[in-house]
Amino acid sequence: MGTVVMKLGRDISTDDIYPGRFMATVLPTETPQFCFFNRTEFNTRLQAKTIPPGSVVVADENFGCGSSREQAASTIKGNALVIVAKSIARIFLQNAINLGLNLIICPTIDAEEGDELDIQADAVINVRTGQRFPTLPLPPERQAIIDAGGLIAYTRKRILESAP
Amino acid sequence: MGMTVVEKILARAAGTPAVKALQIVEPSVDLAMSHENGALVINQFHSIYEGTHREPKIWNPDNIAIIFDHRVPAESPKTATNHKLIRAFVAQHGIAKFHDIRGDRGGICHQILPEYGYVRPGMVVVGTDSHTTSHGALGAFAFGIGATEMATVWALGVALNIEVPPTIKVVVNGHFNQHVGAKDLILHLIGKVSAQGANFRVLEFHGEAIRSMSTSGRLVLANMSVEAGATGGIVPADDETERYLRDEAGYQGPIDRVTPDPDAIYERVIELDVSNLVPQIACPHTVDNVKDIDAVTGTAIQQIVIGSCTNGRLDDLAVAAKILKGKKVAESTRMLVFPASTKIYSQALEAGYIADFMNAGAVVMNPGCGPCLGIHQGALGDAEVALATTNRNFKGRMGNPKAEVYLCSPAVAAASAITGVITDPRQGGF
Repeated sequence: MGTVVMKLGRDISTDDIYPGRFMATVLPTETPQFCFFNRTEFNTRLQAKTIPPGSVVVADENFGCGSSREQAASTIKGNALVIVAKSIARIFLQNAINLGLNLIICPTIDAEEGDELDIQADAVINVRTGQRFPTLPLPPERQAIIDAGGLIAYTRKRILESAP
Repeated sequence: MGMTVVEKILARAAGTPAVKALQIVEPSVDLAMSHENGALVINQFHSIYEGTHREPKIWNPDNIAIIFDHRVPAESPKTATNHKLIRAFVAQHGIAKFHDIRGDRGGICHQILPEYGYVRPGMVVVGTDSHTTSHGALGAFAFGIGATEMATVWALGVALNIEVPPTIKVVVNGHFNQHVGAKDLILHLIGKVSAQGANFRVLEFHGEAIRSMSTSGRLVLANMSVEAGATGGIVPADDETERYLRDEAGYQGPIDRVTPDPDAIYERVIELDVSNLVPQIACPHTVDNVKDIDAVTGTAIQQIVIGSCTNGRLDDLAVAAKILKGKKVAESTRMLVFPASTKIYSQALEAGYIADFMNAGAVVMNPGCGPCLGIHQGALGDAEVALATTNRNFKGRMGNPKAEVYLCSPAVAAASAITGVITDPRQGGF
C-alpha cells in the first residue's frame, strides 16, 4: 500500500527527474538528493524525509523520456519511490530494470494525490475509488534481471559461470 | 520471411539465421561508446567483479570509444576528477578510441564516431547517450543504453536481453525548398508521430529525399529519431554512405551494405513529401510541440545557439555563415556557435565562416555539447528565450526551468540572430 505523493503529466523527461547540471554526480549513494530537483517543493519534502518509503508517483504516458542518464533511475530508487506510469520510455525502463527498480506499467491508471494504491501482482487498486487497473508484466528475460537483484548481480553470475 | 535492416543486423550479431520483431536476442557489440559518464560505467564495471576473485577485464579495448564532450574543458573540480579517473582507466586497459580535451582530435562523440570512420554499415553500436541513434545514418543499428548496461557490455561484449524492435518505414519523397532541410523534416515527423510515437521501434528511412541527402543530413534524422521515442533511426547504406566513409572519414576497409529484404515486414509505413515543407519550429517544452514557422515568427529571442550533435557540422555552419556574412547579430540577442568537432572548427576557419560569425558579433566556442543540456556554458536567465539548433527543449534543458527553448534549423537560427526575433529565412532576402 502506498500513498500517491505526486501526480505528473505525459513526457516527463529525465531532465525533469534529474537535471543535467547534477550529472557529474554519478554514484547511486549521492544521486538521491537531486531527485526532481527543479520541483522545489517536492524535492524539499524528499530531502526532509517527510515522504515515506514506498510512496507513489503517478505519471501519464512516456515517463522517463530523453537522456539515457542512469541517475534518473538511481535517484528514484534511492528515495524508495514507486513509479506507476501509463507507459515508460525505453532507455529509462531498461535502466530501472538494470538497477532493480520495479516500475509499474499501468496503462489505465486513474488516481489523485492523496489516494492510497494497493499494488498487487497484476493490478493496481485505487482504495478510494475501488477501481482496479491491470498492469503489464515485463518479459521473463527482463524480470529475471530484477529478480537477480539488478544487472550487476546478474552479470556477476554470468562471469562466475564462465571459464576463468 | 524477409527482414528489415535492423533485423538483419541483429540476426548476424546474435549468430542466428533470422530474427523477428519482439524476439529477445543477445547481440555481440561492435562499438561501445561513452563520454564523461564513463566515470559511472567504470564504477559499475568494478562492482560487477566484486567478490568474484577475478580481475576486471574489458572484453575488447579496441571496440570501446570514450570521448570527452559534455563538459570540456572541465567546469568544476568534480568533472575534472571524473576526467582524470577515466584517463587512468583508458591507459590501464589500453582503450584505443579515446578522444581527450584536445584542439586537434576532439569534439562531440556523435561527430567523432562517424568522422573517424569508427561506425560502419551493419554494426551494432551502443552508447551511454540517448543520441547514439545518430549512427544509424551510416546504416548501423545504434542505440542508447545506461551506464550499468554499458558495464556489462565492457565485461561480456554483448548487449543482454535486447528486444528486436519492430520497424516503421518512413518514405520521404520530393525535393526540399531553399532554407528547408533535414532538421525541418525530422521536426515535422516528430510532431506528426509524437514524442512517444516510435517508442521501442526503429525508424527506417527511404525515398528520394533521403537518397539525395548528404550523410550530414542523415545524421540529423537519425540523431533526433530518439525524440520520437525510437530505439534507433536507420538509413540503409548506399553510394553516399560509401562516399562519406571513403572520402571524408578515410576508412579503407570493407563495407558491407546491409539493405532490407523486399518482403521485409514493417509495423507501419509513413509517407511524406517534403516539396511543400516550410521551416519547422519545436516550441516549449516538448520536442513534439512542432509548428510551421509562421505560428511563431516575431517571438523575441535572447540567445541563439548553433551547434550540438544535431546541427554543428560544416554544412550547418556554412548555411549560417552565408546568412550572417556582412550582417550583425541584433543587440537584443547573443549568439553562440559550437562547431561539433575540432576538425569542423578548422575547416570553418579555413572557409572563412569563423570570421563571418565573429564579425557579425557571434561568440565562437570550443567544440563540445555546450549549453544544449544546461551543464556547461550558455545558461539562460529567468524568463529568457533561446532559439537553438540543438535537439531538446524540455523545461530546464538549458539549465533554467524558468526559461524557454525553441528548436530550429541553422538557417532559421542565423536569420533570427540578425533580427532578434524568430524569422523565416525564406523572407527578407537571406
